[in-house]
Amino acid sequence: MNLIQTLEAEQMKALRATPLPDFRAGDTLKVNVKVVDVTFDEKTKQNKTRERLQAFEGVCIARQGQGLNEAFTVRKISYGEGVERVFPIYSPLVDSVEVIRKGRVRRAKLYYLRGRRGKSARIAERQDTVAE
Amino acid sequence: MRTGVITQKVGMTRLFLEDGKHVPVTVLKLDGCQVVATRTDEKDGYTAVQLGSGFAKPKRLTKADRGQFAKASVEPKKKLAEFRVDADNLLAVGDVILADHFVPGQKVDVTGITIGRGFTGAMKRWNFRGLEATHGVSISHRSLGGTGGRQDPGKTFKNKKMHGHYGVDRITTQNVEVAKVDVERGLIMVRGSVPGSKGGWVFIRDAVKRDLPKEAPKPASVKKAEG
Repeated sequence: MNLIQTLEAEQMKALRATPLPDFRAGDTLKVNVKVVDVTFDEKTKQNKTRERLQAFEGVCIARQGQGLNEAFTVRKISYGEGVERVFPIYSPLVDSVEVIRKGRVRRAKLYYLRGRRGKSARIAERQDTVAE
Repeated sequence: MRTGVITQKVGMTRLFLEDGKHVPVTVLKLDGCQVVATRTDEKDGYTAVQLGSGFAKPKRLTKADRGQFAKASVEPKKKLAEFRVDADNLLAVGDVILADHFVPGQKVDVTGITIGRGFTGAMKRWNFRGLEATHGVSISHRSLGGTGGRQDPGKTFKNKKMHGHYGVDRITTQNVEVAKVDVERGLIMVRGSVPGSKGGWVFIRDAVKRDLPKEAPKPASVKKAEG
Protein backbone atom coordinates (compact mmCIF):
# COMPACT_ATOMS: atom_id res chain seq x y z
CA MET A 1 0.00 0.00 0.00
CA ASN A 2 1.48 3.36 -0.88
CA LEU A 3 1.50 6.33 1.44
CA ILE A 4 -1.57 8.01 -0.03
CA GLN A 5 -3.61 4.83 0.31
CA THR A 6 -2.42 4.44 3.91
CA LEU A 7 -3.44 7.99 4.74
CA GLU A 8 -6.83 7.52 3.14
CA ALA A 9 -7.42 4.20 4.90
CA GLU A 10 -6.61 5.82 8.24
CA GLN A 11 -9.01 8.65 7.58
CA MET A 12 -11.76 6.29 6.46
CA LYS A 13 -11.38 4.31 9.67
CA ALA A 14 -11.45 7.41 11.82
CA LEU A 15 -14.47 8.94 10.10
CA ARG A 16 -16.75 5.89 9.85
CA ALA A 17 -16.45 3.53 12.78
CA THR A 18 -19.52 1.64 11.56
CA PRO A 19 -19.90 1.61 7.78
CA LEU A 20 -23.07 2.82 6.12
CA PRO A 21 -25.56 0.10 5.13
CA ASP A 22 -25.38 -1.41 1.66
CA PHE A 23 -27.37 0.55 -0.87
CA ARG A 24 -27.27 1.22 -4.56
CA ALA A 25 -28.90 3.38 -7.20
CA GLY A 26 -32.67 3.00 -7.13
CA ASP A 27 -32.94 2.58 -3.37
CA THR A 28 -34.95 5.05 -1.35
CA LEU A 29 -32.82 6.46 1.46
CA LYS A 30 -33.24 8.57 4.53
CA VAL A 31 -30.01 10.47 5.13
CA ASN A 32 -29.63 12.00 8.56
CA VAL A 33 -27.59 15.16 8.09
CA LYS A 34 -25.99 17.07 10.93
CA VAL A 35 -27.08 20.69 10.95
CA VAL A 36 -25.65 23.34 13.23
CA ASP A 37 -28.08 26.05 14.36
CA VAL A 38 -26.60 29.32 15.49
CA THR A 39 -28.89 31.44 17.65
CA PHE A 40 -28.12 34.63 19.52
CA ASP A 41 -28.67 34.22 23.23
CA GLU A 42 -29.96 37.42 24.87
CA LYS A 43 -28.88 36.48 28.37
CA THR A 44 -25.23 35.66 27.77
CA LYS A 45 -24.92 37.91 24.70
CA GLN A 46 -23.24 35.13 22.83
CA ASN A 47 -24.00 32.98 19.85
CA LYS A 48 -25.28 29.59 20.86
CA THR A 49 -24.70 26.64 18.62
CA ARG A 50 -26.88 23.57 18.70
CA GLU A 51 -26.39 20.50 16.61
CA ARG A 52 -29.40 18.57 15.36
CA LEU A 53 -30.20 15.96 12.75
CA GLN A 54 -32.14 16.77 9.62
CA ALA A 55 -33.49 13.99 7.43
CA PHE A 56 -33.16 14.14 3.66
CA GLU A 57 -35.31 11.44 2.12
CA GLY A 58 -35.26 10.52 -1.53
CA VAL A 59 -34.10 8.14 -4.22
CA CYS A 60 -30.39 7.40 -4.57
CA ILE A 61 -29.75 8.05 -8.26
CA ALA A 62 -25.98 7.49 -8.38
CA ARG A 63 -22.91 6.39 -6.48
CA GLN A 64 -19.64 7.76 -7.76
CA GLY A 65 -15.95 7.56 -6.86
CA GLN A 66 -14.32 5.06 -4.62
CA GLY A 67 -12.57 4.80 -1.29
CA LEU A 68 -12.36 8.06 0.60
CA ASN A 69 -13.66 9.94 -2.42
CA GLU A 70 -16.88 7.97 -2.80
CA ALA A 71 -20.13 9.92 -2.86
CA PHE A 72 -23.80 9.33 -3.58
CA THR A 73 -26.55 11.50 -4.99
CA VAL A 74 -30.05 11.60 -3.52
CA ARG A 75 -32.97 13.11 -5.42
CA LYS A 76 -36.33 14.08 -4.07
CA ILE A 77 -39.26 16.25 -5.11
CA SER A 78 -39.63 19.08 -2.63
CA TYR A 79 -42.72 21.32 -2.99
CA GLY A 80 -42.99 20.33 -6.62
CA GLU A 81 -39.36 21.11 -7.33
CA GLY A 82 -36.71 18.46 -7.92
CA VAL A 83 -33.87 18.67 -5.40
CA GLU A 84 -30.63 16.71 -5.53
CA ARG A 85 -27.92 16.53 -2.89
CA VAL A 86 -24.53 14.91 -3.21
CA PHE A 87 -23.15 13.41 0.00
CA PRO A 88 -19.58 12.18 0.35
CA ILE A 89 -19.77 8.79 2.07
CA TYR A 90 -17.08 9.80 4.56
CA SER A 91 -18.41 13.28 5.26
CA PRO A 92 -18.71 13.94 9.01
CA LEU A 93 -22.00 15.69 8.25
CA VAL A 94 -23.65 12.41 7.22
CA ASP A 95 -24.65 10.94 10.56
CA SER A 96 -26.39 7.82 9.30
CA VAL A 97 -28.29 6.40 6.35
CA GLU A 98 -31.42 4.26 6.48
CA VAL A 99 -32.51 2.20 3.50
CA ILE A 100 -36.28 2.61 3.34
CA ARG A 101 -37.00 0.72 0.14
CA LYS A 102 -34.89 -1.24 -2.29
CA GLY A 103 -35.54 -0.53 -5.95
CA ARG A 104 -35.04 -2.67 -9.04
CA VAL A 105 -33.31 -0.68 -11.76
CA ARG A 106 -31.31 -1.66 -14.82
CA ARG A 107 -28.62 0.97 -14.77
CA ALA A 108 -26.11 2.42 -12.35
CA LYS A 109 -26.92 6.08 -12.86
CA LEU A 110 -30.59 7.06 -12.87
CA TYR A 111 -30.17 10.46 -14.47
CA TYR A 112 -33.21 9.74 -16.65
CA LEU A 113 -35.37 10.38 -13.58
CA ARG A 114 -34.59 14.07 -13.88
CA GLY A 115 -36.80 14.38 -16.93
CA ARG A 116 -39.65 12.41 -15.42
CA ARG A 117 -42.44 13.05 -12.98
CA GLY A 118 -45.07 11.00 -11.21
CA LYS A 119 -46.05 7.68 -12.70
CA SER A 120 -43.10 7.37 -15.09
CA ALA A 121 -40.63 8.12 -12.31
CA ARG A 122 -41.66 5.06 -10.29
CA ILE A 123 -39.17 2.34 -9.45
CA ALA A 124 -40.22 -1.26 -8.88
CA GLU A 125 -39.28 -2.87 -5.59
CA ARG A 126 -36.35 -5.26 -5.62
CA GLN A 127 -36.97 -8.79 -4.39
CA ASP A 128 -33.61 -10.20 -3.45
CA THR A 129 -33.47 -13.93 -3.88
CA VAL A 130 -31.37 -15.39 -1.13
CA ALA A 131 -29.44 -18.51 -2.07
CA GLU A 132 -30.24 -21.31 0.34
CA MET B 1 14.46 34.58 7.57
CA ARG B 2 14.23 30.92 8.53
CA THR B 3 15.45 28.06 6.47
CA GLY B 4 13.18 26.23 4.05
CA VAL B 5 13.02 22.48 3.59
CA ILE B 6 13.50 19.98 0.78
CA THR B 7 10.55 17.63 0.31
CA GLN B 8 9.36 15.12 -2.20
CA LYS B 9 5.85 15.23 -3.64
CA VAL B 10 3.91 12.06 -2.76
CA GLY B 11 0.52 12.81 -4.30
CA MET B 12 -2.81 14.37 -3.54
CA THR B 13 -5.71 13.42 -1.30
CA ARG B 14 -8.41 15.17 0.70
CA LEU B 15 -8.90 15.94 4.37
CA PHE B 16 -12.31 15.96 6.01
CA LEU B 17 -12.58 18.54 8.77
CA GLU B 18 -14.77 18.33 11.87
CA ASP B 19 -17.27 20.85 10.57
CA GLY B 20 -17.94 18.82 7.44
CA LYS B 21 -15.73 20.85 5.13
CA HIS B 22 -13.12 19.06 3.15
CA VAL B 23 -9.90 20.40 1.70
CA PRO B 24 -7.86 19.02 -1.19
CA VAL B 25 -4.25 18.64 -0.10
CA THR B 26 -0.90 17.75 -1.60
CA VAL B 27 1.19 15.43 0.57
CA LEU B 28 4.88 16.38 0.75
CA LYS B 29 7.39 14.11 2.42
CA LEU B 30 10.55 15.03 4.33
CA ASP B 31 13.10 12.33 3.66
CA GLY B 32 15.95 12.83 6.12
CA CYS B 33 16.21 16.54 5.43
CA GLN B 34 19.53 17.39 7.09
CA VAL B 35 21.99 20.26 7.26
CA VAL B 36 25.04 19.26 5.22
CA ALA B 37 27.00 22.51 5.30
CA THR B 38 26.69 26.12 6.35
CA ARG B 39 27.76 29.34 4.71
CA THR B 40 28.81 32.21 6.90
CA ASP B 41 29.38 35.88 6.29
CA GLU B 42 33.08 35.77 7.22
CA LYS B 43 33.92 32.82 5.03
CA ASP B 44 31.52 33.04 2.11
CA GLY B 45 30.14 36.56 2.22
CA TYR B 46 26.56 35.43 2.86
CA THR B 47 24.65 33.34 5.38
CA ALA B 48 22.91 30.15 4.33
CA VAL B 49 22.41 26.49 5.17
CA GLN B 50 22.94 23.73 2.68
CA LEU B 51 20.36 20.99 3.15
CA GLY B 52 20.40 17.48 1.76
CA SER B 53 17.54 15.04 1.35
CA GLY B 54 17.03 11.44 0.29
CA PHE B 55 19.72 8.79 0.25
CA ALA B 56 22.28 8.38 -2.51
CA LYS B 57 24.41 5.29 -3.00
CA PRO B 58 28.02 6.28 -2.18
CA LYS B 59 29.36 4.51 -5.28
CA ARG B 60 27.21 6.71 -7.51
CA LEU B 61 28.80 9.88 -6.13
CA THR B 62 31.95 11.63 -7.23
CA LYS B 63 34.94 11.51 -4.93
CA ALA B 64 34.54 15.23 -4.28
CA ASP B 65 30.92 14.77 -3.17
CA ARG B 66 31.87 11.87 -0.93
CA GLY B 67 34.50 14.08 0.68
CA GLN B 68 31.95 16.79 1.36
CA PHE B 69 29.56 14.34 3.03
CA ALA B 70 32.39 12.76 5.00
CA LYS B 71 33.50 16.16 6.27
CA ALA B 72 29.99 16.84 7.54
CA SER B 73 29.73 13.19 8.70
CA VAL B 74 26.21 12.80 7.30
CA GLU B 75 24.82 10.12 5.02
CA PRO B 76 25.18 10.84 1.29
CA LYS B 77 22.17 12.79 0.04
CA LYS B 78 20.40 12.62 -3.27
CA LYS B 79 19.36 16.26 -3.44
CA LEU B 80 21.23 19.29 -2.16
CA ALA B 81 19.95 22.85 -1.93
CA GLU B 82 20.96 26.05 -0.20
CA PHE B 83 18.56 28.26 1.72
CA ARG B 84 19.52 31.81 2.69
CA VAL B 85 18.92 32.47 6.40
CA ASP B 86 19.51 35.27 8.90
CA ALA B 87 22.65 34.88 10.99
CA ASP B 88 20.63 34.11 14.15
CA ASN B 89 18.67 31.38 12.36
CA LEU B 90 21.76 29.48 11.30
CA LEU B 91 21.71 25.75 12.08
CA ALA B 92 24.46 23.32 12.99
CA VAL B 93 25.76 20.77 10.53
CA GLY B 94 23.98 17.43 11.03
CA ASP B 95 20.69 18.85 12.32
CA VAL B 96 17.66 17.02 10.92
CA ILE B 97 14.68 19.25 10.16
CA LEU B 98 11.27 17.99 11.29
CA ALA B 99 7.83 18.50 9.80
CA ASP B 100 6.58 20.80 12.57
CA HIS B 101 8.99 23.42 11.26
CA PHE B 102 5.80 24.76 9.68
CA VAL B 103 2.59 25.23 11.64
CA PRO B 104 -0.90 24.48 10.27
CA GLY B 105 -2.58 27.57 8.91
CA GLN B 106 0.73 29.15 7.99
CA LYS B 107 1.27 30.40 4.44
CA VAL B 108 4.29 29.07 2.58
CA ASP B 109 5.87 29.47 -0.84
CA VAL B 110 6.29 26.22 -2.72
CA THR B 111 8.82 25.71 -5.50
CA GLY B 112 8.90 22.81 -7.90
CA ILE B 113 9.83 21.83 -11.44
CA THR B 114 6.65 21.68 -13.51
CA ILE B 115 5.65 18.66 -15.57
CA GLY B 116 7.16 18.75 -19.07
CA ARG B 117 4.70 19.15 -21.92
CA GLY B 118 7.13 19.14 -24.84
CA PHE B 119 6.62 21.37 -27.87
CA THR B 120 3.16 22.87 -27.59
CA GLY B 121 1.11 25.36 -29.53
CA ALA B 122 0.24 28.86 -28.37
CA MET B 123 -3.26 27.85 -27.26
CA LYS B 124 -2.02 25.42 -24.64
CA ARG B 125 1.09 27.37 -23.71
CA TRP B 126 -0.29 30.89 -23.43
CA ASN B 127 -4.07 30.30 -23.41
CA PHE B 128 -4.49 32.01 -26.79
CA ARG B 129 -7.95 31.62 -28.26
CA GLY B 130 -6.88 30.37 -31.67
CA LEU B 131 -8.79 31.25 -34.81
CA GLU B 132 -12.45 30.76 -35.69
CA ALA B 133 -13.95 27.37 -36.37
CA THR B 134 -15.73 28.71 -39.46
CA HIS B 135 -15.93 32.01 -41.41
CA GLY B 136 -13.42 30.87 -44.01
CA VAL B 137 -10.63 29.76 -41.68
CA SER B 138 -8.85 26.80 -43.21
CA ILE B 139 -6.41 24.41 -41.55
CA SER B 140 -5.16 26.98 -38.98
CA HIS B 141 -7.85 26.75 -36.28
CA ARG B 142 -5.34 26.44 -33.44
CA SER B 143 -2.72 28.86 -34.75
CA LEU B 144 -1.66 31.96 -32.84
CA GLY B 145 -2.69 34.62 -35.38
CA GLY B 146 -0.66 37.75 -36.01
CA THR B 147 2.76 38.26 -34.47
CA GLY B 148 3.56 41.89 -35.15
CA GLY B 149 2.70 45.02 -37.09
CA ARG B 150 3.12 45.91 -40.74
CA GLN B 151 5.80 48.15 -42.22
CA ASP B 152 5.94 49.83 -38.83
CA PRO B 153 7.48 48.40 -36.61
CA GLY B 154 8.55 46.01 -39.36
CA LYS B 155 9.60 43.29 -36.98
CA THR B 156 8.24 40.91 -34.40
CA PHE B 157 8.99 42.10 -30.87
CA LYS B 158 11.26 40.04 -28.71
CA ASN B 159 9.61 37.73 -26.19
CA LYS B 160 6.47 37.48 -28.34
CA LYS B 161 4.40 34.62 -26.94
CA MET B 162 4.54 31.79 -29.43
CA HIS B 163 4.51 28.01 -29.68
CA GLY B 164 7.54 26.23 -28.28
CA HIS B 165 8.81 24.17 -25.39
CA TYR B 166 6.48 24.25 -22.38
CA GLY B 167 6.98 22.85 -18.90
CA VAL B 168 10.10 21.77 -16.96
CA ASP B 169 10.30 25.28 -15.48
CA ARG B 170 11.13 26.15 -11.90
CA ILE B 171 7.86 27.62 -10.65
CA THR B 172 7.10 29.08 -7.23
CA THR B 173 3.51 29.15 -6.00
CA GLN B 174 3.14 31.79 -3.32
CA ASN B 175 0.95 31.79 -0.20
CA VAL B 176 -0.02 28.14 -0.11
CA GLU B 177 -1.67 27.20 3.18
CA VAL B 178 -0.25 24.45 5.37
CA ALA B 179 -3.19 22.18 6.23
CA LYS B 180 -1.58 19.58 8.47
CA VAL B 181 1.81 18.30 9.58
CA ASP B 182 2.76 14.79 10.68
CA VAL B 183 6.08 14.79 12.54
CA GLU B 184 6.31 11.02 12.99
CA ARG B 185 6.12 10.24 9.29
CA GLY B 186 7.64 13.53 8.22
CA LEU B 187 4.68 14.71 6.18
CA ILE B 188 3.60 18.23 5.36
CA MET B 189 0.19 18.63 3.74
CA VAL B 190 -0.50 21.85 1.91
CA ARG B 191 -3.82 23.00 0.56
CA GLY B 192 -4.27 22.69 -3.18
CA SER B 193 -1.86 21.73 -5.89
CA VAL B 194 1.91 22.03 -6.05
CA PRO B 195 4.05 22.32 -9.20
CA GLY B 196 5.75 19.15 -10.38
CA SER B 197 5.13 15.47 -10.78
CA LYS B 198 4.84 12.82 -8.08
CA GLY B 199 8.28 12.05 -6.72
CA GLY B 200 9.58 15.46 -7.78
CA TRP B 201 11.62 17.62 -5.45
CA VAL B 202 9.71 20.48 -3.87
CA PHE B 203 11.16 23.30 -1.77
CA ILE B 204 8.97 24.85 0.92
CA ARG B 205 9.81 28.24 2.39
CA ASP B 206 8.00 30.68 4.68
CA ALA B 207 5.83 32.99 2.59
CA VAL B 208 7.72 36.16 1.72
CA LYS B 209 4.53 38.20 1.46
CA ARG B 210 3.04 37.19 4.82
CA ASP B 211 4.20 37.60 8.40
CA LEU B 212 5.58 34.53 10.08
CA PRO B 213 3.15 33.18 12.73
CA LYS B 214 4.37 33.51 16.31
CA GLU B 215 4.08 29.77 16.96
CA ALA B 216 6.59 28.95 14.22
CA PRO B 217 9.73 27.48 15.83
CA LYS B 218 12.88 29.57 15.55
CA PRO B 219 15.52 29.03 14.26
CA ALA B 220 13.95 25.75 13.11
CA SER B 221 12.31 22.59 14.40
CA VAL B 222 15.26 20.21 14.45
CA LYS B 223 16.48 16.97 15.85
CA LYS B 224 19.96 17.91 17.05
CA ALA B 225 23.01 16.24 15.61
CA GLU B 226 24.43 13.51 17.85
CA GLY B 227 27.69 14.02 19.72
